[in-house]
Amino acid sequence: MSDWPFVVAGYGVILGGLALYAALLQRRLAAARRSGPDESSPLEDE
Amino acid sequence: MKARILGIAALVSVVAAAIVGLVIVPADLNQGDAQRIMYVHVGSAWVAYLSFGVTALAGLLWLWRRDPRFDALALAGAEIGVIFTAFAIWGGMMWGKPVWGVYWQWEDPRLTTTALLLVLYVGYLLLRRLTDDPTRRATRAAVVGLVAAIDIPIVHFSVVWWRGLHQTATIGSPDRILNPAAPLVFVLALVSMTLAMSLAWAYLMVRRYELARLEWAREESARRGRIVAARTPATAREVAR
Repeated sequence: MSDWPFVVAGYGVILGGLALYAALLQRRLAAARRSGPDESSPLEDE
Repeated sequence: MKARILGIAALVSVVAAAIVGLVIVPADLNQGDAQRIMYVHVGSAWVAYLSFGVTALAGLLWLWRRDPRFDALALAGAEIGVIFTAFAIWGGMMWGKPVWGVYWQWEDPRLTTTALLLVLYVGYLLLRRLTDDPTRRATRAAVVGLVAAIDIPIVHFSVVWWRGLHQTATIGSPDRILNPAAPLVFVLALVSMTLAMSLAWAYLMVRRYELARLEWAREESARRGRIVAARTPATAREVAR
């Protein structure tokens, strides 16, 4: 049997996972930047 | 902007290294095409070690200096380390099946200690969710991160200390696929993928660290807000509304 299915699965999951994690991280970062540190502390500046 | 440039450089490097490993390098004489998985497997394992090393060092610095930046760095290392350890295990399984005939063997010290490493750092991440107090959480996590780091040298030297299915060190060992006398193209493929993975790691670390700093600032802000609210008399709060 050819080893290529294992090679494709190995590279596919690792490189695909890397790209997916980078994209999700970018999304989490964008959400954190949007919400900002002061959103949940309305009384802080009073 | 610098992080974006780093991200683009990492993307180009990983794609180029994958082309080298999949297309340009010839199949190994003994292991055939399955050996190509080694390039991503070793690269992932190297980056996982690096991540957990950063977590341990940053944890130590947190315990010493109590600077939130060190806790953010420790968290970034742990999360990214877990991802790359999972990649290394997956790559090893995909390489193991055609070469060893099995995906996994619990009797193998390298495989088992690597699985333990993954569990330890998943535990580290779960532990961080147990308390809302950022200082207490950082201290607990730093201690766990330091204790878990003991497993890193155990994983690395497990192939030397005990016998199992896993081969010994890929580079430097004279009877291995890659040694100083190996064809340069194999060595270049491994080095290029390891460097590309390291670039990707650096980019992810920068981004995850930035996110951890934002999360810390937000939590601290919310916590201070709760303290102010608790100390403000009810009538003053009514006026504030």
